[in-house]
Amino acid sequence: MSGKIWISLLIMFLTIYSVRALPLTLLKKEIKSPFIRSFLYYVPYVSLSVMTFPAILSATSDVRSGLAGFVAAVIFSWIDGNLFKVSIGACLAVYVAELFL
Amino acid sequence: MNEGRNWYKKGIRNGIPIGLGYFAVSFTLGISAKKAGLSAVQASVMSLAMLASAGQFAGISMIAAGAGPLELIVTTIVVNMRYLLMSSALSQKVRQDKPFYHRFLMAYEVTDEIFGVSVAVPGRLHPAYMYGAATAAVPGWVLGTFLGAVIGMVLPVRVMSALNVALYGMFMAVVIPPSRKSRIIAGVVALSMAASAAFSLIPGLKEISSGFRMMILTIVLAGAAAVLFPVKEEKEEESHVR
Repeated sequence: MSGKIWISLLIMFLTIYSVRALPLTLLKKEIKSPFIRSFLYYVPYVSLSVMTFPAILSATSDVRSGLAGFVAAVIFSWIDGNLFKVSIGACLAVYVAELFL
Repeated sequence: MNEGRNWYKKGIRNGIPIGLGYFAVSFTLGISAKKAGLSAVQASVMSLAMLASAGQFAGISMIAAGAGPLELIVTTIVVNMRYLLMSSALSQKVRQDKPFYHRFLMAYEVTDEIFGVSVAVPGRLHPAYMYGAATAAVPGWVLGTFLGAVIGMVLPVRVMSALNVALYGMFMAVVIPPSRKSRIIAGVVALSMAASAAFSLIPGLKEISSGFRMMILTIVLAGAAAVLFPVKEEKEEESHVR
């Protein structure tokens, strides 16, 4: 059983590593196409936004505290985009909100 | 040399909230790995090797179901396909003057979160920044998994709840500041969130897994934005995050 698990883990590691390594190693040169360059420029904005909302609402023990965390994250990033501060600020907002729920 | 060290330090600093968030999220991973019959060591090695939440949950349920190699490979590719997009974006962002082997090392730490902080770096990406972020983030992921497998839930619910939003907070710190400067980016961000919310509500669409949803929406929306609002060179170099 244990041996089979190790083999499964190895297979999954090699697969996921290949998925991550292929584009980075194959796309060595700068892409010239303005469309692809623009597409890749927008990728982080779309992907990170899609991942955050509405998932953040169900990440905490109550939708309302999740919403508090989301609003706090947006406001803090608007005022000061520092990753660390925004992140901790969102956590604190959730913690405080849940004291009242 | 010094430059690399500075980037490494910066990476560590921005990797700390990732590590905290990872620590909270990975407990449940350890708990379900244990239930599926993995030892605490196997669960931790899995976390160290894969660094993928949805990918690992899928992996754990496949191991529990006794899946064969082909099934493991296909499911792992499907669940983690979004990393193809992220890795492509990073391939264009990384500095060209660094030795090629860095790309193999960087590939290991292409996670949603480390990708998020790495694309936000002003100008070109120094590989050392990613290594720094991984240095701070990976221990949180592995330790959380280990503790989850050994002792189950140890943190109070309230603390867990709060730490769970750490990663989302970071994502906002990456996308909101540029939205302030550009109405196009603000529109892309708002539309992405609205579309994602619609996908989570509409029957038929809500059955799509979150990783796949992200892939589909990213291809459609980033593609549409690229057609409607092509980016000029100098804009790509704008700084995003302090």
